[in-house]
Parts: sequence; C-alpha cells; structure tokens
Amino acid sequence: MNAFQITSGAIDLEAFRRQLLDRSCGAYVQFDGWVRDYNEGQQVLRLEYEVYQPMAVKEGNRIIEEAIERFGISNAHGVHRSGLMELSDVAVVVGVSSPHRAAAFDACRYIIDQVKARLPIWKKEYYANGNAEWVNCRHCAPTN
Amino acid sequence: MNQIKVRYFAAFREATGIETERVNTAAGSAAELFSECAGRFDALQSYTAAMVAINDEMSDWDARLQDGDEVLFFPPVAGG
Repeated sequence: MNAFQITSGAIDLEAFRRQLLDRSCGAYVQFDGWVRDYNEGQQVLRLEYEVYQPMAVKEGNRIIEEAIERFGISNAHGVHRSGLMELSDVAVVVGVSSPHRAAAFDACRYIIDQVKARLPIWKKEYYANGNAEWVNCRHCAPTN
Repeated sequence: MNQIKVRYFAAFREATGIETERVNTAAGSAAELFSECAGRFDALQSYTAAMVAINDEMSDWDARLQDGDEVLFFPPVAGG
C-alpha cells in the first residue's frame, strides 16, 4: 500500500490513525486540512481539487520517504482528496508516529509544507458572488 | 523537428480549451515549447510561476526535449 494516497471519497480518520499505531512509538501527530469558508476577502461556498494522480502519488511518497530519512520518525502516511468538496470537509490529512514528539511535530510540518508546494494539485474556489477562480493563478490565465 | 505530446492542466486547460495536443516543433527546451504554445494561445501568458514535467517527472524549464516526449504544463499548484 502506498504511504501517500489520493481519494475522491471522504477520509476515514479513525482508520487512518489506526494504520500508524506502533508500540515502539510514544508520539503521534496528525494534521487535518479543512475547507474554509473564506479566502482573500471572498466568501467561499465550496471547492474543487484537480489532481494529476500518477505524479501526485509518486511525489507524495517521495516526500514521506524524505521525512522518514530526515527526522528519523517510524511511520508516516498522507491522504489528499480530489474532486468536489464542501465546507469543513477534510481536504488533506498527514499522520506521523515516532518514539518522541519533537521529531513527529517537525516531520508532520515538513510533509504538509512539501505537499502544498510540490504536488500537482490545483484548487478551484466557488464564491458566494457566483465567480469561481483557480487559487494562486490569478495572473497565469484570464478567468472566464 | 520533434513530435511532442503536450498536456495542459487546470487553469491552463481552461485557458487553451484543450487537454492534450500533439505538436511538431523545433523547440529545444521546455521553456521554448511553452513560448511557442503561448504564441498560439493568448491565454497562456507566463510560465514564471508554473512548473513543467516531462514523461511524468518534474523537470527544469531548460531541459532538452526529445522526439516522443510528453510535456506537462502545470499552473501554480495549490494543494492542501
């Protein structure tokens, strides 16, 4: 099973956490990214993730291997959603288990930061005023 | 001339109105190919913040292109 996965369905957080249980670990850190109802002054109603799955999975697994190597943690997993999302849905989850908490916090932060910067995933926000926009992309192409 | 398969994602796909195309090109690098495509699609203005992948591996913009390559143009990513 891939340590990093993409899914179009809701993420089962309890099952996700269970996979990382480890008797040699005294610390577990989990980051959940939620769908927020505003961005840059606009009221957000829902959003949509477009994911280029072959590379997102490959790059996500690479990031997890880097974190294990770099921070000496025992286990790490991540899941990112694709498709349409409603407010407060969990869009992304990262979990890290480790003998001690400092490495678990550091590795979790590293993984989510790298996921946001490197994975081929794009977010389209749908606003209360009827407009929709690709995030981070106001200047890369005219919007309709 | 190389035959290259080009794929556009997200904002780039919406701007060009196409997802994939085959081009015969003299462009030597990914950056030159992007400029060539931007010449055909006014909507593709700048790749400065974008990323490029060749054959499903992230790449530098100055990477040399080979016949049969698949070049993926990624607008700025926004996961998480």
